[in-house]
Amino acid sequence: MARKSTTQRVVVSTIGAWFFGFLIFFPILWMVLASFKTELEAFAIPPSFLFFHWTTENYATVQERSDYLLHAMNSIIIAGGSTLIALLIAIPAAWSMAFSPTKRTKDILLWMLSTKMMPPVGVLVPIYLIYKTFGLLDSRIGLVFILCLGNLPIVIWMLFTYFKEIPRDILEAARMDGATIGRELVYVLTPMAIPGLASTLLLNLILAWNEAFWTLNLSTSNAAPLTTFIASYSSPEGLFWAKLSAASTLAIAPILVLGWFSQKQLVRGLTFGAVK
Amino acid sequence: MGQITLQGVQKSFGPVHIIKGADLEIADGSFVVFVGPSGCGKTTLLRLIAGLEDVTGGSILIDGKNVVDTPPAKRGLSMVFQSYALYPHMSVRGNIGFGLKMAGLRKDEINRKVEAAAATLNLTPYLERKPRELSGGQRQRVAIGRAIVREPKAFLFDEPLSNLDAALRVQMRIEVTRLQKQLGTTAIYVTHDQVEAMTMADKIVVLNGGKIEQYGSPLELYERPANLFVAGFIGSPKMNLVTGDSAAQKGAATIGVRPEHLKIDRDGTGGWQGTIAVAEHLGSDTFLYVDAGPLGMLTARYIGELSLHAGDRVSLVPDPARIHRFDASGNALRN
Ligand SMILES: Nc1ncnc2c1ncn2[C@@H]1O[C@H](COP(=O)(O)OP(=O)(O)OP(=O)(O)O)[C@@H](O)[C@H]1O
Ligand SMILES: [Mg+2]
Repeated sequence: MARKSTTQRVVVSTIGAWFFGFLIFFPILWMVLASFKTELEAFAIPPSFLFFHWTTENYATVQERSDYLLHAMNSIIIAGGSTLIALLIAIPAAWSMAFSPTKRTKDILLWMLSTKMMPPVGVLVPIYLIYKTFGLLDSRIGLVFILCLGNLPIVIWMLFTYFKEIPRDILEAARMDGATIGRELVYVLTPMAIPGLASTLLLNLILAWNEAFWTLNLSTSNAAPLTTFIASYSSPEGLFWAKLSAASTLAIAPILVLGWFSQKQLVRGLTFGAVK
Repeated sequence: MGQITLQGVQKSFGPVHIIKGADLEIADGSFVVFVGPSGCGKTTLLRLIAGLEDVTGGSILIDGKNVVDTPPAKRGLSMVFQSYALYPHMSVRGNIGFGLKMAGLRKDEINRKVEAAAATLNLTPYLERKPRELSGGQRQRVAIGRAIVREPKAFLFDEPLSNLDAALRVQMRIEVTRLQKQLGTTAIYVTHDQVEAMTMADKIVVLNGGKIEQYGSPLELYERPANLFVAGFIGSPKMNLVTGDSAAQKGAATIGVRPEHLKIDRDGTGGWQGTIAVAEHLGSDTFLYVDAGPLGMLTARYIGELSLHAGDRVSLVPDPARIHRFDASGNALRN
């Protein structure tokens, strides 16, 4: 029996949806609000919600104390670089596994995924020592490399599921239509794979942008991306809530904007091709 | 020209033998239907002809030339897939014209041909739409358009109508037949719907377990089935098959009588006696499913309405001229 959508039900579920949406969004809202407070007000109990003395001095201080643009640039290079290299490696890998699978294909995929089950801290010391030996500590190259490797299993899995969805019949129809392998790639496969490629790219860009374990441990200043920049405001001399909030707001702003404009692709990416 | 000859064609997937030596002669311009139960190798045989699978043995001749080593596109055939297999990112125009584009035709020439094909198939209003904006029947027509526009030597259809509802299927069946006659292009059509087979085909190939059981015109198959399998497979409802004394009297191991060749006698004493288990009244026909004791269930068909009901006793008298006789190994006995 189809459920009746009475007005009452619609109202209740709308209110419910807004409530939970707000609940999830609240910490971010609070952070943004706190970034416009003075340090004192940010600490105040009871906290003031909207009626406080609005100020942008935190942003000024943050920019003065540390170079936001440098860190943002690092984030872009590290997230973008690691994602692009991961895609370059993953596309042929996923491609061959999807279109000419062998007996071991499933095992290889599972093995790749299993590497993600290991806690990264388990290999922190060896990686740190390797990086130290090769002078990769606090270098962009080093971070690009480690994040690329870290996300590679996910990238391959996502692309594999997308490529698997492309029906064989269509490729065969193209062959009957006289398309050579090269033209099949250009005219049929690539256009059909683009939505999958786009959502994989976006999701991994976000994962890499937000990655905080390796970036915090392997970078200090020169190569430090925005995650390290935020962390530098939770210092031993005491917390600066307002400044920390301002730094965090600055750090998530670019990715938030990107996410907003690519919602459709992202939803597709997050559901791993489960819905069409 | 589109004459296709199969000579001892075999196909194995690994150790499994799927096609066990098929010999077939398909005349230019004829409409040939492959029928058979699910898994008997119809699709495989079609794909071998298309070149989407490589043969394990034997040869395939198109207009006298062996094509087993020729890639699909060079064989000059076009295929309509069960799933339609339209290119989802291209418009109807792009879909129909893709083969021509690959063949390197000029743009205005492609457009002219695509528009002509679209007009034949009533697709003109949809030329700029994407496949997802079309109904099932329209998508099917685009798939057919893609096949005809290349003016191939032969069309290969793999159950093209099986995703359509019953009414549309009948309509498309007629359209496809009409189109094929109009173009005069050889067609090979796979189906497991025997009504489609009987109505569309010039000649039917009955496949079973990777072997060709019989090749002939629909009426030949109906009137002179070569063996028990064909006898049971062609015709609806199925032919009644009777073994034992009644068969032995006719000098056969099994005899077969079609439901429409059983005379229904209300209170006769001759023929095969039984009790009606189910009576179906369609108005135009009456089907009786009769429990005939040791003979098993028999089906009888009466053209028109016959007021008999479950539980009534009847006697069924086979038309002596229409009795099919089979030997112990299932092959037809001819007199
Ligand atoms: N690529 C393959 N690898 C292994 N076995 C296959 C392959 N393709 C088909 N088969 C087997 O070959 C047999 C015939 O398959 P085919 O698809 O030709 O049957 P069909 O007559 O078209 O059946 P249906 O009416 O269900 O479509 C089946 O038993 C199937 O399992
Ligand atoms: Mg099939």
